[in-house]
Amino acid sequence: MYKYDAIDRQLINERVAQFRDQVRRWKAGELADDEFRPLRLQNGLYIQRHAPMFRIAVPYGMLNSAQLRAMASVARKYDRGYGHFTTRHNLQLNWPKIEDVPEILAELAEVELHAIQTSGNCLRNITTDQFAGVAADEIIDPRPLAEIMRQWTTFHPEFAFLPRKFKIAISGTEEDRAVTWFHDIGLHLKVVDGQVGFTVIVGGGLGRTPIRGEVIREFLPWQDILSYCEAILRVYNRFGRRDNAYKARIKILVQALGIDAFRAQVEAEWAHGKGGPMTITQAEYDRVAAHFTAPVYETVGDVELPDEKPFLNWLARNTHAHKVPGYAAVTLSLKKHGIAPGDITSEQMEVVADLADRYSFGELRISHEQNIILADVKQTDLHAVWQQSRAAGLATPNIGLLTGMICCPGGDFCDLANAKSIPIANAIQARFDDLDYLFDIGEIDLNISGCMNACGHHHVGHIGVLGVDKNDAEFYQVTLGGRQGNDAKLGKVIGPSFAADEMPDAVEKIIQVYLENRHEDERFIDTFDRIGIDPFKNRVYEGRAHGKAKAAQKEAA
Amino acid sequence: MSQLIKNGAAAADSWKTLEIGEGETPETVALPAGDILFPLAVWQARKSELVGRECLGLLLQPDDKVEDVAADVARFTLIAVNFPKFVDGRGYSTAALLRQRYGYTGELRAVGNVLHDQLFFMKRVGFDSYALTDGKNLAYAIERGFSPFGDAYQGATDQPQPYFRRRA
Repeated sequence: MYKYDAIDRQLINERVAQFRDQVRRWKAGELADDEFRPLRLQNGLYIQRHAPMFRIAVPYGMLNSAQLRAMASVARKYDRGYGHFTTRHNLQLNWPKIEDVPEILAELAEVELHAIQTSGNCLRNITTDQFAGVAADEIIDPRPLAEIMRQWTTFHPEFAFLPRKFKIAISGTEEDRAVTWFHDIGLHLKVVDGQVGFTVIVGGGLGRTPIRGEVIREFLPWQDILSYCEAILRVYNRFGRRDNAYKARIKILVQALGIDAFRAQVEAEWAHGKGGPMTITQAEYDRVAAHFTAPVYETVGDVELPDEKPFLNWLARNTHAHKVPGYAAVTLSLKKHGIAPGDITSEQMEVVADLADRYSFGELRISHEQNIILADVKQTDLHAVWQQSRAAGLATPNIGLLTGMICCPGGDFCDLANAKSIPIANAIQARFDDLDYLFDIGEIDLNISGCMNACGHHHVGHIGVLGVDKNDAEFYQVTLGGRQGNDAKLGKVIGPSFAADEMPDAVEKIIQVYLENRHEDERFIDTFDRIGIDPFKNRVYEGRAHGKAKAAQKEAA
Repeated sequence: MSQLIKNGAAAADSWKTLEIGEGETPETVALPAGDILFPLAVWQARKSELVGRECLGLLLQPDDKVEDVAADVARFTLIAVNFPKFVDGRGYSTAALLRQRYGYTGELRAVGNVLHDQLFFMKRVGFDSYALTDGKNLAYAIERGFSPFGDAYQGATDQPQPYFRRRA
């Protein structure tokens, strides 16, 4: 994993000093609130419902055990002893004091962590696949280029005040696990005629106006990625809308111009930067890539694992194919029923750090599904990892299952939210608490967002749940058929929204329709594709008046 | 009003901006003598009357297309780029294009809502004078505003070589 050198350390320390001074000037009244706002946002600090929310970056999802211990420590010392992993490789603390944040940043800087550009209208944290470097279907390890791009985004002078936030995701595998079709820029690493490069996707995004990105370039040599991104960003910075925050993302510009006209502008701009100083050198690639060499794997002999059902359940759901024989990647579930999805206590972080040290070369990753991955576990250690993670409440065997859902913090914490999301998640988990039932239902993505900003990626859930506000009451809109991956798609709205207490029933009815209709070995999403939305709609709204009938009912009352 | 920073120090500002009053148009407005910043529309409408001037200033707004003056940049003594709000980042691209693509070497000034915490970025893209918003601490901005970071990863106007090309 990447280790800072002198320049990286210098910049991160200077950042801490800069923010300390900004907080001081704000407290002294020298910086007005609206002048301070983008500065604190670009250090991950939101002012939220109860307290500031502070977002720490986990660049491209990689952490080492010392970093996780430092996170545990700041969560305990400056917050309430827990944090929340988001869908974009960040850890959020919900209750720190603004005055403490410079000190938190200083403590994090000691272990090479920061909160740079984790919010605000700027280049955000770059995300990738949680199995980068170990995935069996990997074409190219995306991490060296992700680190090179991280450095390029950091304090970019021309793009610090973009029309809106800007998110980049990179995938290096056959199957896209980084939601690249729904990022401002999505990158697919590939090899064409022996040359490594990217397919570049632009203008995707979830949020209020969900749009699947479009390919702007089928193939771009890897050396050109910085200059090409600068061309995209310059066109966006100059011509993206700034009159309406809801129409300011690059996707709106791409849609307004059309992908062909947008591409023509970008290519014209790139003609000037192509081959220039921002072209990545082989020496720089090699320098960075040297940090991501494979660990020294052992030869693992025949593995005989205990035949206990709970363990086998965990093996089936929480371990993943590894490109090295005898090894597996392990997902530690942050989706224990009854706990807010993605939440983790300081004590659990320390357990995970110990597990990483003991069993996975001291490294771990954060997934966009809000779980933690030990990427390099010997199969002979799997039983021990299961036992120890189970004791810490981190072994719920629900990865990829209904209760392993993605969920944003929602109205309990977030100022933007229209509705609570965690209680909905917990109510659904309670309804589906039977493991055999969960396993029988099989693979299904349930994603919950508390508002249309879509931090919970509800559009790409097989079942998506969106919190909406109707006359000051909280309701939930359900979509079906969304998906991430190579054929990523937006879900379709099933019909009128539901009250919170109707949600477990609604989900259960949807599941029943699936179970009644599925063919053998058919996943939920496959059944949905085969039978369409109507059978689900008919069941969910059975006996429930809507449309004209509802209006008539109201009138009668 | 503002406080001018130039060559790393407070400086007097001799330049005035031509305002187009009510009932006037770029075609009809009187063209005063002296150190005057002309809006792009006035420059475009009255170019033939202005080209002979020894001291000529141009004021660019965020949505002005810098391409429109590409062939003329050498005629200007001063180009000012306006930041109506400091969070409007278009002026950074305007400055980068003037310096890097169109070869402008005269004074390039950030005007409008120019604040301490953006000076470093402004310097990097190519500004060399700054009309700091009135009421802000000029001395502190000069002392600290330009140097929160001792180096940078990316290439930009002030250092076209990214850090990775300067590694020993």
